[in-house]
Amino acid sequence: MNAKALLFDATLCQGCGACYNACKEQNKNSKACDDPLKDHLSADTYTVIEQHHVVDANKNQSDIFTRRLCMHCIEPTCVSVCPVGAMEKTKLGPVLYDADKCIGCRYCMQACPYQVPRYEWKSVNPKVKKCIMCHDRVKNGQPTACAEACPAEATIFGDRDELIQIAKKRMAEKPEAYYPEIYGLKEAGGTSVLFLSPVSFDQLGFSPNLPKGPMPLLTNKVMEKIPTVVSVGGVFLGSMYWLTKRKNEIAKEQMKGNNNEK
Amino acid sequence: MRNNSFFKLTFWKAIAGIIIICGLFSLYNRFFNGLGASTHLSDAVPWGLWIGFDFIGVGLAAAGFTIAVTVHIFNVRRFEPIVRPAILTAYIGYMLVVALLVIDLGRPQSFWHPLVMWNVHSVMFEITWCVICYSTILTLEFAPVILEKFHLRAPIKILKKISIPVVILGVLFSTLHQSSFGSLYLIVPGRLYPLWYTNLLPVNFFISCIAAGLSMIIFESYQNARAFNQGLDIKLTSKLAKIVLYALIAGFVVRISDMIISGRMNALFIMRTETYMFIGEILVGIIIPVILLANKSYRESKFLLYLSSIFVISGFVLNRINVAVTGLTASSGVSYFPSFDEISITLMLVVFGMWAFSLVVKYFNVFQADSTEEIDEIFEPDSKEIILSE
Repeated sequence: MNAKALLFDATLCQGCGACYNACKEQNKNSKACDDPLKDHLSADTYTVIEQHHVVDANKNQSDIFTRRLCMHCIEPTCVSVCPVGAMEKTKLGPVLYDADKCIGCRYCMQACPYQVPRYEWKSVNPKVKKCIMCHDRVKNGQPTACAEACPAEATIFGDRDELIQIAKKRMAEKPEAYYPEIYGLKEAGGTSVLFLSPVSFDQLGFSPNLPKGPMPLLTNKVMEKIPTVVSVGGVFLGSMYWLTKRKNEIAKEQMKGNNNEK
Repeated sequence: MRNNSFFKLTFWKAIAGIIIICGLFSLYNRFFNGLGASTHLSDAVPWGLWIGFDFIGVGLAAAGFTIAVTVHIFNVRRFEPIVRPAILTAYIGYMLVVALLVIDLGRPQSFWHPLVMWNVHSVMFEITWCVICYSTILTLEFAPVILEKFHLRAPIKILKKISIPVVILGVLFSTLHQSSFGSLYLIVPGRLYPLWYTNLLPVNFFISCIAAGLSMIIFESYQNARAFNQGLDIKLTSKLAKIVLYALIAGFVVRISDMIISGRMNALFIMRTETYMFIGEILVGIIIPVILLANKSYRESKFLLYLSSIFVISGFVLNRINVAVTGLTASSGVSYFPSFDEISITLMLVVFGMWAFSLVVKYFNVFQADSTEEIDEIFEPDSKEIILSE
């Protein structure tokens, strides 16, 4: 089974808000804000549309719309940091959250390189909330609600490999319309939500200095030293105890010997 | 004089009373209205003062393992009189941290989940296990003090038999635990400000806790000597201070050389809050105490020793708060200042900790009355077999 993914093409998005509304409806989330352009990711908003006013080299002004949602990383930071394994990357693509396991330490929120997970701060038994790539729909072979709703095909759903080919084809056909990179191909080890843009991604508020490799490696480098620290440390401390004890015993015997001679 | 000290006592008691009342009210608010209502935490700032306090509590507890290893493993018997205060400090520190961790959890009723639901790749998982294991070990290490009061010899005998493995395990768990707080932030290279973010975060956390933990013991010894009108064992504390001095210098050298090698020195010359906080932390926590402690005559002055321990502890607190709060402010885009409830719950725990410490010191034999300063380490046949806190 191929991993599913989303491809968002900022050159096609008109900012109509269909994805935003479909997402709200699919997840039965309340609408505190009517304008998808003014809303922010929150415990009941899993995707928003952002408007970026961009001035290019020829001083042409334009508005570019882009989406924010969980990137469904291939090697997710949230999955690696969760102490109880409440976050899970499915083979199908979506990164899922299990509230029954969660203890509420919020390390996933702190660690996410895209700062996506949100919290039900008002609840006394809060959950972490974020896009789960419409897991129930995707499981049954349907596209995500946002992809189905998009009238401009700016968000499309499919196999990740195929979406990469589509993105490359689009860039090859209209090289003047695209910034020559797919965001999400390598970022933090790659994501299951891919982006195409007419301008460089930092102009759209995408973090420009994310490591190209998976983030969990940063921690694993240290974590894998633990067995060494424990075994070497244990042996060292044990032998130091024996050595210093022996040294004192010898000193004591010598002392006795000296006293006897006298 | 007498009236004066009496008034002072009631004044501090009143303050403590107010803090506890506020703290209990805040605790009610936190559990019945949720984290959103009681804290200034948000999606952009998911961790705040409480996490910073956890780092501080555990760091100041560090003497528990450094003194245990010096006395029981390296057989440096002259530090024996401070084993008990060190372990008591560590025990209380850990209990406060456990309490605050549970308060901080969004779903505190599930705090036991890491025991049965494992993710060995998570630093948080490592931390949870270290807290549980080291708290158990501290209980075993401190138990003789309680047991001897009630003349329960049989359990003390058993504890003595297993004491060396217990001490070794304690050292290993502490080492992992102290450093793992630094490892927590390895995963946020883009978020933690470069003055603090480094691959050596776990190493920095480990080295800095040694100086802070020992300074805590100097601080307590001074306070204790004053409260019970006992003389401060200046020889012993100034020897401790010498270790503090070395640990501070080591920590400073590691941090600065690491900054130079990884090319982060230029961040020192950007005039912004982070830079000031960083310089403040280095000045208060390292430069000033190093100047005070490097001089032998200063090191043997009770008051300057006390003063330097306050500097080291303050600098340490600044460092942990800088990592937990200041260093993340810029990237979160939201300024964070703890709420009333966050502060009052934290202060309440501090009051509880001080209260517990003074009560235990009063009713149990923690600070031995006669110091062993005259006794050379080799001439101590009786204490040879006596390990743990006895």
